[in-house]
Amino acid sequence: MENVLEVKNLQISFKTFFGEVEAVRGITFSVGKKETVAIVGESGCGKSVTAGGIMQLLPMPPAFFKGGEILFNGENLLEKSEKQMQGIRGNKISMVFQDPMTSLNPTMKIGYQIVEGLMKHNKMSREAAIKKSVEMLELVAVPQPEKRINQYPHEFSGGMRQRVMIALAMACNPQLLIADEPTTALDVTVQAQILELMKKLQNQLGMSIILITHDLGIVADMSDRVVVMYAGQILEVGLTHEIFASPKHPYTRKLLASVPRLDMNREERLHSIEGTPPDLYAPPKGCSFYDRCSEAMKICKDNMPGFDERSRTHQSRCWLNHPMAQKRNSMNGRGI
Amino acid sequence: MKKYLLKRVAMAIVTIWAVITITFILMHSVPGDPFRQESKMPKVVYENLLRKYGLDRPLSEQYIIYLGKIIRGDFGDSMKSRVETVNDMIRRGFPVSAFIGLEALLIAIIFGPALGAIAALNQNKWPDYISMIIAIIGVSVPSFIMGTVFIQFLARNISWLPIGGWGSFAHSILPSLALALMPLAQLARYMRSSMLEVLGQDYIKTAKSKGISNATVVLRHAVRNAILPVVSILGTVATNLIAGSFVIEKIFGIPGLGMFFITSINNRDYPLIMGTTIFYAIILVVMLLIVDIAYMLIDPRIKLTKEGR
Repeated sequence: MENVLEVKNLQISFKTFFGEVEAVRGITFSVGKKETVAIVGESGCGKSVTAGGIMQLLPMPPAFFKGGEILFNGENLLEKSEKQMQGIRGNKISMVFQDPMTSLNPTMKIGYQIVEGLMKHNKMSREAAIKKSVEMLELVAVPQPEKRINQYPHEFSGGMRQRVMIALAMACNPQLLIADEPTTALDVTVQAQILELMKKLQNQLGMSIILITHDLGIVADMSDRVVVMYAGQILEVGLTHEIFASPKHPYTRKLLASVPRLDMNREERLHSIEGTPPDLYAPPKGCSFYDRCSEAMKICKDNMPGFDERSRTHQSRCWLNHPMAQKRNSMNGRGI
Repeated sequence: MKKYLLKRVAMAIVTIWAVITITFILMHSVPGDPFRQESKMPKVVYENLLRKYGLDRPLSEQYIIYLGKIIRGDFGDSMKSRVETVNDMIRRGFPVSAFIGLEALLIAIIFGPALGAIAALNQNKWPDYISMIIAIIGVSVPSFIMGTVFIQFLARNISWLPIGGWGSFAHSILPSLALALMPLAQLARYMRSSMLEVLGQDYIKTAKSKGISNATVVLRHAVRNAILPVVSILGTVATNLIAGSFVIEKIFGIPGLGMFFITSINNRDYPLIMGTTIFYAIILVVMLLIVDIAYMLIDPRIKLTKEGR
């Protein structure tokens, strides 16, 4: 499969008053054509910074790229000028943000907010762009698009606004859509509608999606592959069914165990991962999950393992994958 | 809209009536009267003067008589000036003050928000520091010092502009500048903080993610949202500028309205005190109405028509 996006050893840091925060510490992953890749992880693990890095929308300074490359159709985005990036943003790569209540300009008509990108990238006349925006609104199932186009964001509900955001992002028919927690701010029924819509559009228009979320239910529903991030690193990558059926990394296992289940007993407590992620001002030398891992070994403290490359699709970074650890793993019988 | 305007006008009349009443009561509760200071005046003359101006009647009666006059648009005769009525004085002074005030307002509106926006866009870089130094000087150095500094450098050392007086456009430049600096600085500071807030908003990120240029993001998306808090202080700022400044008019020898505010009180010139105060209140009410309408035009979320806010 041809890859639309390849991120190689990407490192992003923030310079702050107290020192350097290493938000993303050398991540490598790829997104194929028409593929949906989910990036999951708890708050502050670097998911959104990765997305902002690909779009180059991070405030610089304080953010800066420390190393690595972002190949989009084989071209390194980090070598592009701001002007060239403007030609890519909203055109080849688009983004949908978390909170539809705040991500639309409150003093500008919806129609104009969609038209803006079209006029810039497709060199459309105003009339043609307006026509196209009406079509886009129709596509995302906003009722009465001709009328709605002249309304302001406050006249829309949250779910409708997110539809507008998607229409806005899809207007120029991008190859890659980055959805940064697109449904976190919406209520559950609306969530399902929005996800359904994204899937439908992906089938119709054939784009790739990077779905950033911490909702594993959405991941199972939407994605082809999953990238599990923790403390600025990728701990596990795999096809969605691989990750859910046989998670290899203790962190992934715990993450999956934390999902509330309907068949749980009333008395049973919700499972949670004890402790907090490490401080990224001074990231640990060894495995970043060492402090919270119930299967930690001596070697984990000071040595970060590499990816286990026995499977082409499903890889994780854990010393338990090492041939010499196998025995211990099966002996204590842990894992879920 | 029409209904709203009517409501606002009615409210304005009530406001101005309240201003009249409160000023009237306060004015008369201050000890002394317009003629007592001239102590060598014979008692008969003094009493005759009081009778002439109706000051010997009970206060409630004076109040009713005064209200009657106001309704007819008559502010009465000044007690100190024998030639001019209060209406004449306002008619003579206001255009001068308003001219300088509007010029100053224009300077402040053009440069203040721009300065603030530039500062915000270059946060913690040299344009920011320079803008904020200008703003701090503008806020903290009183206008009479700026006025004299301007006179010294721009009118005396290099005689570009007249030192003072009134007559041509050139005469208005220095006083307008001196007057504009303070509001300019205020607007700049408001604009800076509001711009910083807006630039951090999600919709700015959305705008950038569309791939439009930074200039477009700022001009089309940020400024319009950031200008609202700036507009909100514009009403009082504009009123203060237009109604005239005692200090600036004194320094530059300008025959404006500003000095009447001070001299009328010192002289206990009752009709002039009332006249200037009411006039000021009218300007303020009108300005605030303009600001509210401007608000509605800038921010579609604000609707004035329904139940008048």
